[in-house]
Amino acid sequence: MASVTENELKSMTQEERVKALGMTSEQLTGRSMFMEFDPGETERFEYPWAPKVDFNKRTELDSDNMTSTEVNTEIRKLMNEGYGTIVLKNPRGKHSLAVGILSKLNLIIEGSTGYFGVGLLDGPNVRVNGRVGWSCGENMMSGTVLIEKNAGSTFGAAIRGGDLVCKGSVGSRTGIDMKGGTIIVGGDTGALSGFMMQRGRMIVCGNAGKNLGDSMYDGTIYVGGSIKSCGVDAVEAELTQVDKDWLERKLKLYGLLPSKGVDHFTKVVAGKMLWNYDNLEPTEKKLIL
Amino acid sequence: MAGTQYRGSELKNVDQFLDDADGLDSEREKEIGQHIGYRYDVNLVPDYKRLTPFLKKYMEIMGWDDLNWLEDIHMGYEEAKPAVFDRNINGWVRVPDTINLPDNQQDRDMIARELLLKFQMSDRHPLVALRKAYMKF
Repeated sequence: MASVTENELKSMTQEERVKALGMTSEQLTGRSMFMEFDPGETERFEYPWAPKVDFNKRTELDSDNMTSTEVNTEIRKLMNEGYGTIVLKNPRGKHSLAVGILSKLNLIIEGSTGYFGVGLLDGPNVRVNGRVGWSCGENMMSGTVLIEKNAGSTFGAAIRGGDLVCKGSVGSRTGIDMKGGTIIVGGDTGALSGFMMQRGRMIVCGNAGKNLGDSMYDGTIYVGGSIKSCGVDAVEAELTQVDKDWLERKLKLYGLLPSKGVDHFTKVVAGKMLWNYDNLEPTEKKLIL
Repeated sequence: MAGTQYRGSELKNVDQFLDDADGLDSEREKEIGQHIGYRYDVNLVPDYKRLTPFLKKYMEIMGWDDLNWLEDIHMGYEEAKPAVFDRNINGWVRVPDTINLPDNQQDRDMIARELLLKFQMSDRHPLVALRKAYMKF
């Protein structure tokens, strides 16, 4: 691998690159690869390929006459030039804006975005001074996203980490398939929120629609208002002092702590009655073997 | 009921999976020959009084007021060895024997976060080779 230079890799097709780096010789055994941490690992706080950006270096980007692809390319270019704070003007509801940013950045979007905005993020802090369309923050890995107004459906779909916050209300299926991180909704959320949730935490300061937490496997949902109905295997649990402390701390961060505190929140968790897939495994093994 | 044993929050002994690699306890687990459920409490929230200097610096550099995605990182166990699950490679990374484990899960989780972060940001992380092979130049 060391014998292949960056320039040589750039001149190759993807298939050639994969072979040159010896990645096709891997034997798949069905087990985790054995890796061990190195206690003497160098201290580094960003990915090796992350651009060196400075939060104090600020610029504006007017996206009025640009396509989404052009905007995203320009954001990357500005980050490579060291800009750590970017103000995006005139987003005009464009879809897929500011996706796939994998390093630290302060991004302020002055306006509203369309579908699949700020998805696949890993590190940046984003504030949207407007509304967002469907699937905002989808597959987010880390960072913070703060939406000042309302959001569409599937807010934070499959999120794995970070804080995704909407100060207004959101549509249905919020946090569908979420695997980690925190989703905070200042207003109400629609039906089937937390559907098939596997990990992470969701806070809804207002009301929740029907079938909340349907088929959830794990994770926690906190609701400050009323719950129209809980979904299959979603059950109420006791709100402990640890929950209250965590709720207070998290809501304070985004200015969403209710004046009456958090004692009135309802906690919803998985009843784990659906954790019975293992019942089928011996039968399946017999069929296969 | 199947699936209700060994949920992390029910663990009483912090060394349970170091002492007992298989962790087969219930009849159901013995029958199918595999452990059911997580080997740590996925819902355990961090105790911020136990933050390490490295993690404090990371929060400061990233501009975050808390641990953000690292709140979901815990020290787990694989084959009687302490290990941390790395979502970027979808696998466990083991903690070397040279690292002494504290006697409580909160401090262990802080070590797990620090080790995982250093590993993910290092040049020897598999994502570096994957990126070289598959990235669009």
